[in-house]
Amino acid sequence: MLQRCEGCGAFTYPAREACPSCLSAALIFVDAPPRGLLLAETTAHVPSDVYFRERAPWRIGLVKMNCGPTIVAHLHGDCVEGAPVRMSFQLDKSGQAVAFARPEGETPNMADDRQWRELTADPRFRRVLVTNGRSAIGREVALALKVAGAKMVFVGVAEPWRPFAGENLLQGQDGIELVSLDAADEKSTRNLAADIGGKVDILVNTTDYVRPGGLLDRRGTSIARDEVDQAYLGFINLAQAFGPIMRMRGADGINNSVAWVNILSVYALANWPAFGAYSASQAACLSLSHCLRAELRPGGLKMMNVFTGPVDTEWFQTVPPPKVAPRAIAQAVVSGLKGGLEEMYVGDVAEEIRQRLASNPKALEREFDR
Amino acid sequence: MQGEVLQGKALLELAGAIASDAVRVVDLSFTLSPDFPVIVLPPEFGQAAPVRIQEISRYDARGPAWYWNNVTFGEHTGTHFDAPIHWFTGKDLANNAVDTMPPKDMIAPACVIDCSAQAAQDPDFLLTVPIVEAWEARHGRIPSRQWVLLRTDWSKKGWRDYSSLRDDGAHTPGPDAAVMKWLVEERGIIGFGTETIGTDAGQAGHFEPPYPAHHFLHGAGRYGLQCLCNLDQLPATGAVIIASPLKIQNGSGSPLRVIALVSST
Repeated sequence: MLQRCEGCGAFTYPAREACPSCLSAALIFVDAPPRGLLLAETTAHVPSDVYFRERAPWRIGLVKMNCGPTIVAHLHGDCVEGAPVRMSFQLDKSGQAVAFARPEGETPNMADDRQWRELTADPRFRRVLVTNGRSAIGREVALALKVAGAKMVFVGVAEPWRPFAGENLLQGQDGIELVSLDAADEKSTRNLAADIGGKVDILVNTTDYVRPGGLLDRRGTSIARDEVDQAYLGFINLAQAFGPIMRMRGADGINNSVAWVNILSVYALANWPAFGAYSASQAACLSLSHCLRAELRPGGLKMMNVFTGPVDTEWFQTVPPPKVAPRAIAQAVVSGLKGGLEEMYVGDVAEEIRQRLASNPKALEREFDR
Repeated sequence: MQGEVLQGKALLELAGAIASDAVRVVDLSFTLSPDFPVIVLPPEFGQAAPVRIQEISRYDARGPAWYWNNVTFGEHTGTHFDAPIHWFTGKDLANNAVDTMPPKDMIAPACVIDCSAQAAQDPDFLLTVPIVEAWEARHGRIPSRQWVLLRTDWSKKGWRDYSSLRDDGAHTPGPDAAVMKWLVEERGIIGFGTETIGTDAGQAGHFEPPYPAHHFLHGAGRYGLQCLCNLDQLPATGAVIIASPLKIQNGSGSPLRVIALVSST
């Protein structure tokens, strides 16, 4: 995304108050054509910044965008001076968007580039904990991460004495290990962190506790308590058990600890009364996730929230389509990690709510109450 | 007066016998922990809250010299007691909750019926009247106001086999409907205890009436004990059970420490 002048159509970078070619103040951010040409490149051997000094040598270059501006960018190892490149903004370890240039076409093992990996959270070669393998989402996420090249996927199973659907899909799979984890239980979470906390490079919180109902059609607080127990307190237990050690390992070599992922309902953003109490529990988790993001930042870890609409599982069986397939969520998790993103919206419902919330939140609320 | 004097002496003799191990104290309870299986109802029903133990402090900044926890659990978790108010059949009885039940009902002898061999063969094994009659032929008629404890050695299993859940529910041993009615009405038992999760068999929802142990016991103001262990350390007759549930206001049951007094001779 770059600024473009509404008056003359020129793109400009870095961000300005007025267009440098026509002085119009009407500059808006739009998706810019990502192609450019690598004009010059250099390698910093002794950078002044302590972060880069630790990671030197570091290649940077000057890219002339086809749409106009010239941008200083981090370079993929396969970028060649004078050759066309693909540009993107990536979130660096401090959460700032920085320009990154990749070769225009695909090159062998392109995603394994050292500088690219530093700006993303690719699960390839990494060890991942998926917190709840009992749910279809957890199962699909575990399998998708394996396909994406994760070295090991630990899959948490609460109440291991209870059989569950799809257990055989995970059991005995090479590179997938079922571990005992009840995130809502303090001791269980702490014990697992004692065992594998130092090996978790990516944690995907797939806590899944959906119950219909709002306030007036429910009796008492038992279900709400379960919702809070599972989603909110479970999140706290996981964060307290795994967060500190993950943050500590943020610079632990090339396969360092890189990311925390939450799968949240998009109704965390706007209450859906049919699932009103559930929405509220998700909103609490969303708020907490922003706290976690800030607290993980000093270690350079990314915190990604994946928002979904109703999922195609039994607890949403009364909800008409469109619904999101658990597999689509799993694919979003993988692609978000590969891109080093902080937010993903999966499916039409989630995307629509995001857009409508941005344009008219009161209208959205009004529509939900019908 | 004479009786009271003798009773006082007998109590001191009992205390001495416990101290000298002439009377053994057998712990029939599992440790109350988050790891222990709880009853699983179909998900559309309300569920028993699992056992949660949250540290308040552990000799640390939250409390430098002391360790303590906040504990939460459902009334029917761990080794637990069922009061008559637990079931609809006992809902209108007097003193039917754990806080109002007569304290003297908390101490009573037990008859232990060993069906461990049959249960090892068949997880859906059912206790029947003929089986109990055969037991009586060897050990004598079950006296009234005694516990009947069904020994299955189920408590020795790993948690997965212990809960024994399949797609159609739990498959664990228990009493059939006829024997429960008979034990309550013909033998006047004070209660019925099992090693499994629930006084009823895993598939008892399909019996007539459903959940006959709950139905007949609680309908007649009697009690249930479940998730017991160490029943193999009890004699067929003569053990005395002490089962005093927490005094929860209008409580339908509670986790508890169940102990048995067993004569060593």
